[in-house]
Amino acid sequence: MTSLTYLHAFTGGALIGLAAALFLLLDGRIAGVSGIIGGSLKPAGENQLRNICFLVGLFLGPVIYRLSFGGWPVIHFETSIWVLALAGLFVGFGTRLGSGCTSGHGGCGLARLSRRSIVAVVTFVSFGMLTVTAMNHLGY
Amino acid sequence: MRTVLARIAVALIAGMIFGFGLSLSGMLDPARVRGFLDVAGNFDPSLAFVLAGAVMVSTLGTLMSRRLRHPLLDSKFHLPVNHDIDVPLVAGAAIFGAGWGMSGLCPGPAISSLALGFLPSYVFAGTMLAGILLHDHWPLRLWRAGRKRLDA
Repeated sequence: MTSLTYLHAFTGGALIGLAAALFLLLDGRIAGVSGIIGGSLKPAGENQLRNICFLVGLFLGPVIYRLSFGGWPVIHFETSIWVLALAGLFVGFGTRLGSGCTSGHGGCGLARLSRRSIVAVVTFVSFGMLTVTAMNHLGY
Repeated sequence: MRTVLARIAVALIAGMIFGFGLSLSGMLDPARVRGFLDVAGNFDPSLAFVLAGAVMVSTLGTLMSRRLRHPLLDSKFHLPVNHDIDVPLVAGAAIFGAGWGMSGLCPGPAISSLALGFLPSYVFAGTMLAGILLHDHWPLRLWRAGRKRLDA
């Protein structure tokens, strides 16, 4: 880890916060991705269209990164495809049941000092840490 | 009509800034996310800076929004109305946390990383959509809605 890694992390985070602030100040809504995906699957005219446009924007983000820096963001998968498939099911179901994910409860809810979001963030970060620790001990 | 177009443009641009921020921050890399969650092992603290940056700027947005009677392009704010700490909140967050730890992916990065064209991203996004649909449309939801009507 270099100091540049931390700078990129902080700047990237600040841009995520900027996107959330714009969405709130202009559209009056919480930029929570799980809620936006849920809304994009419910036929409701303009709402559905706006949610789909946000997701198209999310998809274009790495493309703009590629155009700006000449390379794609580097990613590595550590888990087998079967574990990933099961995890996707958990993430989709859990974020809808818990009314939010890292962006809605983390980026927006913590900024609003929402009690529900503080409880959700502490819960999902703790369970995330427990899961990674357990998998490492079991040799996955 | 012009406001509708403006709202849709805002969603697209906010999504693009969000996706670019994710790409820059390192959040798209499942191995980095799992490193952040690996507090008992090979801990990588850098992603805490993503959350710090996001919450700082988002807080400024929240404070500004409280001085407005309504958002610039809509007649009112659409904010959550439920303030109760209830079982679905905690159970949902726990299930999500387990899936996040297993994969290193949460919904935002799951959508953004589709642009990189790797098969595992598509498998994850596919089952994530299935999980969302399962929650939003499964029969238990209808049962719960029915029970709520009986309670009232």
